[in-house]
Amino acid sequence: MIDIDRLIFSFFNLKIAEKYLPLIAEGVATTISLGLAVIFTGILVGLLLSLVRSQQIKFINLFIIILVDICRSLPPLVLIILFYFALPYVQISMSAFTSTWFALSLVLAAFSEEIFWAGILSIPKGQWEAARSTGLSSWRALMYVILPQALKLTVAPLTSRAIAITKGTALGSVVALHEVLNIASSSSSEAGNATPLIMGAFVYLIIFIPFVMFGRWVESHFSWKR
Amino acid sequence: MQELINVFFSPEIIVKVWPFLLQGLMTTVELSLLVIPMGLLGGLTVALFYNQGSKFTRALVILYVDIFRSFPPLVLLILIYFGLPFLQIEISKISAVAVCFILNTSSYYGEVFRAGLESVPKGQMEAARASGLNLSQSLLYVIIPQSVRNVLPELISNTVEVIKLTSLASVVALPELLNNARQAQSLTYNPTPIVLAALMYLVILWPMVRLLSLMEHKSSHVK
Repeated sequence: MIDIDRLIFSFFNLKIAEKYLPLIAEGVATTISLGLAVIFTGILVGLLLSLVRSQQIKFINLFIIILVDICRSLPPLVLIILFYFALPYVQISMSAFTSTWFALSLVLAAFSEEIFWAGILSIPKGQWEAARSTGLSSWRALMYVILPQALKLTVAPLTSRAIAITKGTALGSVVALHEVLNIASSSSSEAGNATPLIMGAFVYLIIFIPFVMFGRWVESHFSWKR
Repeated sequence: MQELINVFFSPEIIVKVWPFLLQGLMTTVELSLLVIPMGLLGGLTVALFYNQGSKFTRALVILYVDIFRSFPPLVLLILIYFGLPFLQIEISKISAVAVCFILNTSSYYGEVFRAGLESVPKGQMEAARASGLNLSQSLLYVIIPQSVRNVLPELISNTVEVIKLTSLASVVALPELLNNARQAQSLTYNPTPIVLAALMYLVILWPMVRLLSLMEHKSSHVK
């Protein structure tokens, strides 16, 4: 039988929670700034890549497709470990923050390029032709006519993908980045008590549940199928 | 260039670590074969509960799915593997990984199947029932096959994610591909094993990613 006092002592211990709260708060700051940085660079680079791809230059497109495929195929943890542990052998060292940011941004850029590209492709050809026939250059047709329509279709898949990849900030703990998970698990083993782990778990719930719910709302309002 | 090859792709080290990495790859494959069916089954169950359940059941399903979509899978794994022993419950690495993956992937697969079930017009169920099939027969023979077909790209895409996710098991030292590669790297003082492991992941997953890309762009051309 599970003893209830014991359960409270080892999982919801207020004394320990109080002690480790400031440390975990520092981790929260790292997790949030890393997450925002990943979302910003990932989506921006993805958008730029899809715009370049729409110019249909064969050689460049091949390069983009290969890059995107590789970043979609490799587990993000493998990328982080490659950057953090392998690059120093050629005298390139990245901090834990930089390598996690770089790896996750690449992955998000790859996925968002695919999403933006699918959005651009889904706009009927007539839209291009109409825009061009009004005298817009192909670049302007893309920016003022095609992209605004395409973006609407990308909101829902982009939101869910961005959430899934931003959750990967927890992977930074593997390269000793002091984000929430890393601090929670080291505090937990230091204290010999699971309370910091539970605190860490709650932090992730509090950060991500609003985004997941937002994603649900977006999905019902900007659906692909409608 | 030669120097770069010696650092990142040293033939000597490849020969030395090949069997060890192959062993890891086998574990990764076995792990995937264990967790993908469980996730699919769990996801289908979750979606059916949503599809057939009362308002209250639906709310519970959404709560379950949203909670496990909010948890980073690594957090869940660490919570299970390092948290449960505080309850005097010793859990093996493989069961910790399996439990974590079922909770995580069943909520993702659940969302996919839910969209699939919703994509089948209501008349299909009514027609199936009217032809004399009972509820479970109608679901099994009429509704589920159509919904699976409608969300096939999403199912494959999620399966790719699950296979990639198995690399997390290295954090609890389950001897899968990434874990063995890191061990080999620290023994040989050379990054070749990690590069080799990355190539192995590429060989397995690239064809699936390519297929997906073709499926996605094909369906968007039709519109």
